[in-house]
Amino acid sequence: MVESVFPKRTSIGRRRFVTGAAALGCGAAISPALARKAATESTLSAELPEAASSFLLNVEKIPVRVGNQHAKGVGINGSVPAPTLRWREGDTVEIQVRNHLHEDTSIHWHGIRLPADMDGVPGLSFAGIPAGETFTYRFPVQQSGTYWYHSHSGGQEQAGLYGALVIDPIDKPAYTADRDYVVLLSDWTDADPMDIVSNLKFDGDYYNFRQRTVGTFLHDIRKDGLMASVRDRLAWGGMNMAPTDISDVSGVIYTYLMNGRSPEKGWTGLFRPGERIRLRFINAASMTLFDVRIPGLTMQVVSADGNDVEPVPVDEFRIAPAETYDVIVQPTVDQPYTIFVQSEDRTGYARGTLTTREDVLGPIPPMDPRPLRTMADMGMGSMKGMAMAGEHKGDPMAGMDMSSHEKATEQDTAAHHHAAMHDMDMNDMPGMDMNDMPEGHMDMPGMSMHHTMSHQNRQKPQNKISVMAQPESHPVSLKTGVEVQSLAPQPQNRLGEAGDGLDGNGRRCLRYTDLRALKPGTDPREPSREIELHLTGNMKRFIWGFNGKKFSEAEPIWLALGERVRFVLINDTMMEHPIHLHGLWSELENGQGAFQPYKHTVNVKPGERLSYLVSADTPGLWAYHCHLLYHMDTGMFRTVVVS
Amino acid sequence: MKWRLIASVVLMAAVCGSSLHAAPMTKTMAVPYVNGSMPVMDQRVYVHALLDQFEARYSGEGGQFRYDGQAWVGSDYNKLWLKSEGTVGTNGRFGDGDHEILYDRAISRYFDVQSGVRLDIDHGPTRAWGAIGLQGLALYFFDVETTFYFSDRGVAGRLNGSYDIFITNRLILQPQAELNFYSNSDSARGVGRGLSDVDTGLRLRYEWHRKIAPYIGITYSNMLAENRNFPGNIGKNSSSINFTFGIRSWF
Repeated sequence: MVESVFPKRTSIGRRRFVTGAAALGCGAAISPALARKAATESTLSAELPEAASSFLLNVEKIPVRVGNQHAKGVGINGSVPAPTLRWREGDTVEIQVRNHLHEDTSIHWHGIRLPADMDGVPGLSFAGIPAGETFTYRFPVQQSGTYWYHSHSGGQEQAGLYGALVIDPIDKPAYTADRDYVVLLSDWTDADPMDIVSNLKFDGDYYNFRQRTVGTFLHDIRKDGLMASVRDRLAWGGMNMAPTDISDVSGVIYTYLMNGRSPEKGWTGLFRPGERIRLRFINAASMTLFDVRIPGLTMQVVSADGNDVEPVPVDEFRIAPAETYDVIVQPTVDQPYTIFVQSEDRTGYARGTLTTREDVLGPIPPMDPRPLRTMADMGMGSMKGMAMAGEHKGDPMAGMDMSSHEKATEQDTAAHHHAAMHDMDMNDMPGMDMNDMPEGHMDMPGMSMHHTMSHQNRQKPQNKISVMAQPESHPVSLKTGVEVQSLAPQPQNRLGEAGDGLDGNGRRCLRYTDLRALKPGTDPREPSREIELHLTGNMKRFIWGFNGKKFSEAEPIWLALGERVRFVLINDTMMEHPIHLHGLWSELENGQGAFQPYKHTVNVKPGERLSYLVSADTPGLWAYHCHLLYHMDTGMFRTVVVS
Repeated sequence: MKWRLIASVVLMAAVCGSSLHAAPMTKTMAVPYVNGSMPVMDQRVYVHALLDQFEARYSGEGGQFRYDGQAWVGSDYNKLWLKSEGTVGTNGRFGDGDHEILYDRAISRYFDVQSGVRLDIDHGPTRAWGAIGLQGLALYFFDVETTFYFSDRGVAGRLNGSYDIFITNRLILQPQAELNFYSNSDSARGVGRGLSDVDTGLRLRYEWHRKIAPYIGITYSNMLAENRNFPGNIGKNSSSINFTFGIRSWF
């Protein structure tokens, strides 16, 4: 263990206090020290505590220091983020959660399969935990891997009420490592979550200070020519949308944290050259997708959402809110390695260092160019890609130069995406319904379909990738309206893409098609039916939902106990949505057949259509929602009833 | 009579508005939510106010003060919407006082329909109008407000439009124009028939905070048509170009 090898840091005593008390199940009383301003940044340890089955978690307001910012957060047992809990598969765990706040709280065990009344969602699982009261969770642990837990009440998750959950397998672990660290990523702000929603309701671009300007227009004219740039502006303006819409909430108010530490110094993990280090990445951010890399090291992805997968060597991966990925790295050189975690919109980064000595920091690489949305993100999908639906044999892109079309970044704008296509008549596209808009006619000159030609198989096909058939039309009848800003006329399979801003960056980036479970699925039945859901929203009004309806307007989704169903998701919006189904696995249909990965959170790219299978084996009321906090909060949520 | 007419039209518009989109009430009775509490509160009421113009104007004739603001409270679909504008002229009198109380209903991706009452309250005689209009974001990011007014004195219309040109993400140039039309003249209020007056401006604001942006600009207002010949207006320069500075704010 690390602690026996390296000198302890001053914070260790405090950490021991926290996790030790939790492990013993005795109350970690609120220390008087906590009443003072937090002098150090988070005391959270990334090292794993001892496994235990009995815990007492005190939910409380905690002074937090992030950089030079002092604020109050919501945490557990004196820690923001909340302490890491370690369980053992096969145990029955008992967790008492005591609410020291002046409002209701709740703890949801994210990705854990348990009885519905233990799931911790107010209104669905239980009534919530009122101020001053204690709720005891008790359930058998039937799985292993990396998960996390967080509040499901209001904005407490944004305020710090999230922590890592590590479950030891009952059998021998599939992958061993010399060191085992949790890397908990989050986005911190001292702004009130209610104010954030209110600001976004007023102005969806409130936190976006990277909109296109006269300056970028002139830049594009110089680069791409006047006409191409004008056509590009008209194409986006004709939809009242902007390619610069990446994140609703940005680094303008967020500080991105790694294990609770701001990027000034970040988190430090120690190693000795040659050791295998397991890093358990958890995205506990409220609104931020992260791109993770460790320059100089290849990461072997060995687990996704808690479930073991065949190792995938990558240089970089995107992790959406609520997803977890375990990677193994093996640094052989005695030097500091920077764990560099950029927000998708490149307005900031979280940072950590793998090092052989304390207080040594690695270099910070330059930020990558920020992504820009393309017409593929609008679901104006691959016209030619359509023809490629079905079985892929060999490399369909052979002989075609995709290189100049793969990348859509700040430095690579109008011309590539919008040049050649102004003669395309959008009205001929099936399923496109654009004549019902009161604002008038939707005109899309200069829209490029060109670059979208399915990046999905530009790299060598792995295993047997069968691409889902493309939909002929919208079985769900949808029109644009108050809650539907846009519809994706040609949603496409984007499982083979790493994501906006990553594809074509020259690095090996993880794609969903790479994920192949170590063990075959447990339910080989074909699904008996399909449930198609469109992810819809209006960024200007900041209303989000499924099938054009927010939560309060919609019926629940009913599943018969024992039934196996295919969920088909079509993202009509131009933002990613990490969709989380509580209590049941989502078996992502990524072409890996019986070995398709079990996930609890599936990130759906803009303009994408994907599907996963669900075996409804646990009765109860389950939450089903986008894990971007403010998308959930404004309606992208459904109740799934299994009975 | 005037009031009855206005009230009935407002009521009609309100009913009309709500039937455009079947009121999205909770239809989840079948699900036994614990304690009846919802896991997500997506029907919250939000309150905002925008003081778009709060400015001093200077021309050769002297100074003026003008404001133009809106406030609303409500949910995603239904809001109470207030608008108010007015000018304190060179003579120290409060003029162009236009105050509206509207019911606002979201009807499409970017547009709301608004209906209610407009009251002209300032130093001149008070007038009341029924009002119905559209407000929203036209394609290509044009902010537009178009409102139709009616009373026993005839009908009137107002078109207000603006566009934000991002010089940088914080330095924003905004051309803006307001046009007023009247079917009948109202000499007591100095309003002429036809296109009665134009008030337009080019303002350069700096959003050092999203919610507080000082600006400078030039504004141009012009009384048109027969407007100029009304007794109260004779001798006044019918058009003026003003140097303008102010603060745009919202909360």
